[in-house]
Amino acid sequence: MTTPQQDSGPIAAAFRARARGAAWPTPRHWLLAGAVAVALVLPFFLQDFLVFQLTEVMIYGLAILGLNLLTGFNGQFSVGHGAFYGLGAYVTAILMSRYEVPYYWTLPAAGGICFVVGFLFGLPALRLEGLYLALATFALAVALPQVLKFHGLEAWTGGVQGIVVDQPDAPSFLPIGEDQWLYYFTLAVVLIMFAGAANIVKSRTGRAIMAIRDHPLAATAMGINAPLYKTLTFGVSALYTGVAGALGALAVQFVAPDSFGLFLSIYLLVGLIIGGMGSLPGCLFGGLFVLYVPNLAQEVSRGLAGVVYGVIMLLVIFVMPSGAAGFTRLVVARLSRSGRREPPS
Amino acid sequence: MQLLIQEVLAGLANGAIYALTALAIVMVFQAIDHLNFAQGEMATFSTFVAWQLIEWGVTYWAAFVLTVALSFAGGIAIERVLFRPLHKAPILALLVGFIALFSILNSGDGYIWNYTIKTFPTPFGTAPLFGSALLDGHQAGMIGVTAVLLGLLYFFFRGTRLGLAMRAAAANPESARLVGIRVGWMTALGWGMAAAIGAVGGMLIAPIVFLDPNMMLGVLIYGFSGAVLGGLTSPGGAVFGGFAVGVIESLAGTFIPYVGRDLNLTIALLVIVAVLMVRPTGIFGRTVASRV
Repeated sequence: MTTPQQDSGPIAAAFRARARGAAWPTPRHWLLAGAVAVALVLPFFLQDFLVFQLTEVMIYGLAILGLNLLTGFNGQFSVGHGAFYGLGAYVTAILMSRYEVPYYWTLPAAGGICFVVGFLFGLPALRLEGLYLALATFALAVALPQVLKFHGLEAWTGGVQGIVVDQPDAPSFLPIGEDQWLYYFTLAVVLIMFAGAANIVKSRTGRAIMAIRDHPLAATAMGINAPLYKTLTFGVSALYTGVAGALGALAVQFVAPDSFGLFLSIYLLVGLIIGGMGSLPGCLFGGLFVLYVPNLAQEVSRGLAGVVYGVIMLLVIFVMPSGAAGFTRLVVARLSRSGRREPPS
Repeated sequence: MQLLIQEVLAGLANGAIYALTALAIVMVFQAIDHLNFAQGEMATFSTFVAWQLIEWGVTYWAAFVLTVALSFAGGIAIERVLFRPLHKAPILALLVGFIALFSILNSGDGYIWNYTIKTFPTPFGTAPLFGSALLDGHQAGMIGVTAVLLGLLYFFFRGTRLGLAMRAAAANPESARLVGIRVGWMTALGWGMAAAIGAVGGMLIAPIVFLDPNMMLGVLIYGFSGAVLGGLTSPGGAVFGGFAVGVIESLAGTFIPYVGRDLNLTIALLVIVAVLMVRPTGIFGRTVASRV
């Protein structure tokens, strides 16, 4: 058996820092606090449209986080997470338009339903590995738009027409616009969910999940209940992506079957890989990439947008094959090595 | 009964295309252990090249041969330029490479040849075969060409030194290199052959679905399904899988009441996932044992 690699992730670093008895607010904590502070004041300095775009970046980041929990941390491959995003969006849209449920209650509902569906899908997925699992999830992504358009379900889904969703109003005691309110609402949800993910990952459960990724047989031999953890991870991953979908429905104010096709799943996967597998901040970078790079490509050339997009993707993976997170890690390691000699661990 | 036979034959005719796509996917998979997401777009690009050649006045069969040759060269070029440098990158970075290639080719098609739908000629004619309504000339031609191609490939892999070398390079790159096989070039050759097979598939299906940049999108989905259903490690299995998917799709659309027409794709995929539950590595796939 190979010796386990030293985990160089941020959580492990924080753990080591604490184990060494370092002061509790590590530089990483300061960085995080600074980022949250910037995120809190940003809407007052930006135009509404930019605020809206940043909201979408966070939403994609959250969806990618869901995929990351499954693929990056647990090693189960999914090419169909757009389906969970779509499911979450539809739950919110149907609850709001048909049953007049307040928007904030639709998030737990979307998350819960996606968790159950994801868990159930995780059961047959246990038998499949690698590319065969990819095909099963791929089937999910391809099938969802067809099912949503199916005339037997039109009473709920609105068929090809889709459903229009009302944008949530800001509470009357706050002097901010709707876009800003949605930004803060999304920011709060995203922070809570990221904190949750960080806690899962650094807990005993998280180590079990990663052990299954690194070596399923060895993990089972050490007494980890692999089927249970794998299906639960599938469920939690679907929950995260489903909540992102619910937020997405609120932001875009419209759901239609063709917005949740195969390409959404592929974009999420691209975001995950470019952000960095198994990295939490990388997810937000992935969200930035998913939202901005296609727009950038459009601006460079309308006719050749796809070509430009493809070339940018190629350049990014040529420069940083293990994603933004891996790249940052590499740069930090280089800088600290050249600055001072690190004591051998 | 008449309807059943007709639907099975129609399914087989479409299945021939899925089988070709599946085969091309398996070719690249054998060479580099990864699914080529851009396979369909490569085929579409080749078909556009053939269309352009015919527009310039080249006869059909000359254009056919020329396109296959150009696609072969193009496939090798893609491997050398794009994927050779990514040789050691993590497997998922490769995936982004495929998606990038997909995007570039798809958008490039549209830019060069625009998005209007074009008709593509068939050399087989569309008259009903043997005076019945069961199969028309083009469908029969599709099945025939696929069969000939499969026969040639079978001969190539089983009966020639080069075919043996390619199989060795795929099965065990290290040992193959030790006995003097140039594994890198075998990979490139696999890409070239995949592109050429894709080109044949594209030219055969274009008369039916018409030519536009998104022509192969649906086909690719079925091709993948066929490849995985048959087993990614088995070229023969991929071909069987492709035909099976065509027949399942055709029968589901006709014989399952109420949901069949709207959800034929969904049902086809459900069947495939159900088969995978029983045979997790595809019907003809090898189970890979791992050492602890």
